[in-house]
Amino acid sequence: MIHNWNERLQDDWDFTVDRIHETMTDERQDPGSDPEQENDRVHLPKLTTLFMMLGIFMTLSVLSLFAILDREPQGHDEIGGGLVAYGPADFPDIEFDIPAPQPAADGGLDGAYTMPPPPFSEDIFPCSDCHGDMDPNTTRRELEEFHEDIVLNHGPESRWCFDCHDPEDRDSLRLANGVKIGFDESYRLCGQCHGTIYRDWREGIHGRRQGNWDGPKTYLLCAHCHNPHAPRFPAIKPMPPRIRPDYLRDQHQESEE
Amino acid sequence: MSCPKQPDQPSGGAGMDRRRFLTVTGLSIMAGMSTLACNSPQAFIEDLLRKRFTELKPDDLDRILRELEADYTNQYGQQVSVGASEALDGVEFGYGLDLSRCVGCRRCVYACVHENNQSRDPQIHWIQVLKMHKESGMHLIEADQYYDPPTVPEKDAFYVPIACQMCRNPPCVKACPVKATWQEKDGIVVIDYDWCIGCRCCMSACPYGARHFNWSKPQLPAEELNPVTHYLGNRPRPTGVVEKCTFCVQRTREGRYPACVEICPVGARKFGNLLDEESEIRYLMREKQVFVLKEELNTKPRFYYFYAT
Repeated sequence: MIHNWNERLQDDWDFTVDRIHETMTDERQDPGSDPEQENDRVHLPKLTTLFMMLGIFMTLSVLSLFAILDREPQGHDEIGGGLVAYGPADFPDIEFDIPAPQPAADGGLDGAYTMPPPPFSEDIFPCSDCHGDMDPNTTRRELEEFHEDIVLNHGPESRWCFDCHDPEDRDSLRLANGVKIGFDESYRLCGQCHGTIYRDWREGIHGRRQGNWDGPKTYLLCAHCHNPHAPRFPAIKPMPPRIRPDYLRDQHQESEE
Repeated sequence: MSCPKQPDQPSGGAGMDRRRFLTVTGLSIMAGMSTLACNSPQAFIEDLLRKRFTELKPDDLDRILRELEADYTNQYGQQVSVGASEALDGVEFGYGLDLSRCVGCRRCVYACVHENNQSRDPQIHWIQVLKMHKESGMHLIEADQYYDPPTVPEKDAFYVPIACQMCRNPPCVKACPVKATWQEKDGIVVIDYDWCIGCRCCMSACPYGARHFNWSKPQLPAEELNPVTHYLGNRPRPTGVVEKCTFCVQRTREGRYPACVEICPVGARKFGNLLDEESEIRYLMREKQVFVLKEELNTKPRFYYFYAT
């Protein structure tokens, strides 16, 4: 069958080549040229060459098809996530059970809100334990003996300790108008500059809230989330993405094979 | 025994004509039913004739809840409570999400799984966090939900968490052929897992991809179960039913914030009563620019996204 087809193709091809030869020789009208030489001058691709090119083309197509099918599901290499079905139990560090706050009968904001104590570093408060006997040094300088771990990255270069801390009474903070406030009221200090955020915070729009949507709530101080010396919210590690459906499909196919 | 209609049938042990087949089948069905009925005849008949959740009499509802409690307690080896608290008067829940704050850390996703007893593997997440590029804006097609960088937020990206939008005009409710899902008075769209037939029409109707299907038996380790459950909310689900966010109905109807609101480390999630002018949600709707997802579909979500800054 194939043999016949090849033969026929060969016949057709020969016929076409002959016709071209005829036409070209007719057009040239060159009586001095030898017909044999004329035949050599025409460089048409041979049938075998054509089949070879076809073969190369088909091989390349098949190879690229395999490459596409074999490819890892998109993004697996570069992102890496979504391959394991993690659950909350895989993250014991994160406190998912947040206890309901109890109504604060003793003070708090309007008696309806509770607030955890200010987030002091361990064993650092009251500041007067150390500073009580020291004369305040009000010259601007780089701290070298103590508190050198504090890096100020909060607004303009000119900002420094005594913009917020009180030089005479280290256990309190000081507003711009000289009024002394406790560390548990630090939001008033922050609110001096960040007025719109302060307003949103009081209304419960800025910041984290816990408790009841129409009852006792837990408010957090600005300093609970923002380091006052470098207030930008730090980048955190995200929890893993959900498992990829295409990965599940691949696993399924593998197990079937 | 003669076989007039099938003369070619060999008359061996396998030879069974239509009459005999029908007799045997009928008898075995009757036997099966009577066995079921004899085990707990009353419960069986009551289950068979049970009314839909909204039409249940208080006695029947109570009986069903106690049965479920006994079931779950037995299954998970700890005391499980199944409540069915009704919508509070004068309350319609609304949700606000501050896109300028969200860092895409997915704490909310896992807090939700923990609170609402989703299946761990096969994994079901009610909240999906989409990462989008600031350059292209709210472009849902380009969004990526599998981002996993070492730290978030990433440069030039913002994050859009999506769960049930609690539409005032919910397409999923219209799509349900058996009315197993409906909108409660406080705006929460709920599902009766006992009534759901698992056809997933609601899933294809939801334009937010908020509904999820239990393809196989939900895997929930007994020690990870949250024992405080609600019939329409976070009670353990059977296989083959659809589930979705309920605004933590078991918490919010007791006055508490949903779990995702409390866990959010940046305080991007806000929740409150839309009918109370003093509520947080009303304040942000008044003071901030809010928008809803796919507004053009006229689903009228109660879930508002906003930029506080």
